Amino acid sequence: MAKIVVVTSGKGGVGKTTTSAAISTGLARAGHRTAVVDFDVGLRNLDLIMGVERRVVYDFVNVINGDANLKQTLIRDKRVDGLYILPASQTRDKDALTTEGVERVLNELSEDFDYIICDSPAGIERGALMAAYFADEAIVVTNPEVSSVRDSDRILGILSSKTRHAEQGNGPIPGRLLLTRYSPERVARGEMLSVEDVQEILAVDLLGVIPESRAVLNASNAGTPVILDEDSDAGQAYADAAARFLGEEREHRFLDVPRKGLFGRLFGS
Amino acid sequence: MSFFDYFRSRKTRSAQLAKERLQVIVARERVHRDGPDYLPRLQEEILNVIRKYVQVDEDAVSIQLERDGNCEVLELNVTLPEQRV
Ligand SMILES: Nc1ncnc2c1ncn2[C@@H]1O[C@H](COP(=O)(O)OP(=O)(O)OP(=O)(O)O)[C@@H](O)[C@H]1O
Ligand SMILES: [Mg+2]
Repeated sequence: MAKIVVVTSGKGGVGKTTTSAAISTGLARAGHRTAVVDFDVGLRNLDLIMGVERRVVYDFVNVINGDANLKQTLIRDKRVDGLYILPASQTRDKDALTTEGVERVLNELSEDFDYIICDSPAGIERGALMAAYFADEAIVVTNPEVSSVRDSDRILGILSSKTRHAEQGNGPIPGRLLLTRYSPERVARGEMLSVEDVQEILAVDLLGVIPESRAVLNASNAGTPVILDEDSDAGQAYADAAARFLGEEREHRFLDVPRKGLFGRLFGS
Repeated sequence: MSFFDYFRSRKTRSAQLAKERLQVIVARERVHRDGPDYLPRLQEEILNVIRKYVQVDEDAVSIQLERDGNCEVLELNVTLPEQRV
């Protein structure tokens, strides 16, 4: 039985796909068979971030409709053993993801994998609800910015009532906060909500803080999940988050402004 | 206040302001979300009743439903304007 994890946010463009790619790669690298599923019907971007766009033959909706089976559709990652990608469909039909269809595919994946990571689309419409409905756990991706925090709170509300888990009377699913695009400099200047501020407002456990980093754009340019860029701050922060997700205790890093040497103090910004 | 403090305190305001605004809106939206459907209307009617007697702000009435085991407590807070002596 796989554990199903939804990566969600409400607001668009906050880093869900970046996070889905990084965390699923981290879990697979730790030896867990992991499938990462793109629920963003119509847009499909996970394939690009994972660098497998040219290997897409069939997609999620093809499997739901019985046009292809999972074996034909799942794309095996060539860098990390045990990591598979299920691409989203580019159909414009937003109702293509039926509850029964999604359940069937997740059940089948469940027999073969340890973790299923669901990359949710933005918003609180059907696609996002479907990505969350069967989840056992959630990662709520938030930027330190008012509209993102507010949307995350809405999503937390949905997670506490509109999942199968909740509807069966088992209460809200555990959700953890991943604060991304964090800039310690701007927090120090009082221009950006701090991780403590966001945690206080949302009142959920903290999975990790990912700094604003050039490495993320570089990674997406190359089609490599940023967690594989082990020298980068964002890559290391995602590695920490993946380890915490698996129950390891790791101290949070990249929360403070790096101390500048004399050179930096004289010539830095 | 020194010259530098002046700029620092001006800068500190924006994140602090964001936090305060978020706390208010998130609290309000949670009431609407988690509570029974009648809660927003109840809140509005109570506000209107109070306004017959005292002129209060839109957000002067806050209403919250707390669950404690199988007991539900309706908590009502009314902020009255400061009394001028
Ligand atoms: N830590 C970071 N530092 C810098 N840029 C980042 C970071 N995280 C994400 N980004 C950038 O933000 C943009 C949106 O990221 P991503 O596609 O992962 O978001 P999303 O939540 O999946 O978006 P959508 O809602 O459209 O699906 C991308 O250009 C990405 O490179
Ligand atoms: Mg995305």
